[in-house]
Amino acid sequence: MTAEFNQETFDAVAEIIADLSEVDKSEITPESHTVNDLGIDSLEFLDIVFDIDKKFGIKMPVEQWMEEVNEGTRDGDDFFVMKNLVIRIEELRAAA
Amino acid sequence: MHIEYFQLVDRVETIDADREHVTCIATVPESSTIFEGHFPGHPLMPGTLLIEAMAQTSGYMLLSRFDFDRLPFLIQVARARIRTFVEPGTELVVKGALEHDGSGFAVTNGEILRGEERVADAELRFRTMPFPTDDLRDIVREYASRLGVSS
Repeated sequence: MTAEFNQETFDAVAEIIADLSEVDKSEITPESHTVNDLGIDSLEFLDIVFDIDKKFGIKMPVEQWMEEVNEGTRDGDDFFVMKNLVIRIEELRAAA
Repeated sequence: MHIEYFQLVDRVETIDADREHVTCIATVPESSTIFEGHFPGHPLMPGTLLIEAMAQTSGYMLLSRFDFDRLPFLIQVARARIRTFVEPGTELVVKGALEHDGSGFAVTNGEILRGEERVADAELRFRTMPFPTDDLRDIVREYASRLGVSS
């Protein structure tokens, strides 16, 4: 399934991240890596996933993503760089 | 309730078919070493243990929901309210309701009642992980079964 970057979804996710972390919304760009650039820790990330799940009515398969990264079958950037995270969310919304 | 063993639930009364709601009974013991310090001559159930009772109640629901394949660990307590004092010998009804079943985590709303009176409530978040050992899973399953959780 393919999906495209959605600016509204990006803005909503950036809003959630800014609300739940120390990151200022103006610092968040489509190229930002949620961990390496924005410094979001695992507990904050869980809060963010919870809010994204609720807002979009999806269940982000973060455990599966981490397995794929750890097995070397996917690059972490595919999931944790903002523009790619937005595309993953759009894929999940389309499948919901 | 065996406070010293951190077993704060006496029995699981109900878990609904969707395994999204649970009700437990927890009776505060008449005596415990904890009451010697909390407080001398004025024994009260510590609020932190009321939160733990809500966490254990939701935990049994999550264990059932995951068919004892995953173990929930309390990682966050939000909007906790301890609304009144709880004395030794008090029978409490402890409830949990699933708010969200996420990937590797779950969120529940916990509540404690004494009769019709609300004693405490909180939002609870859990990390859910595979059991570290099969032995622990067997022990937890057996104990939960004794409390009334069917697997």
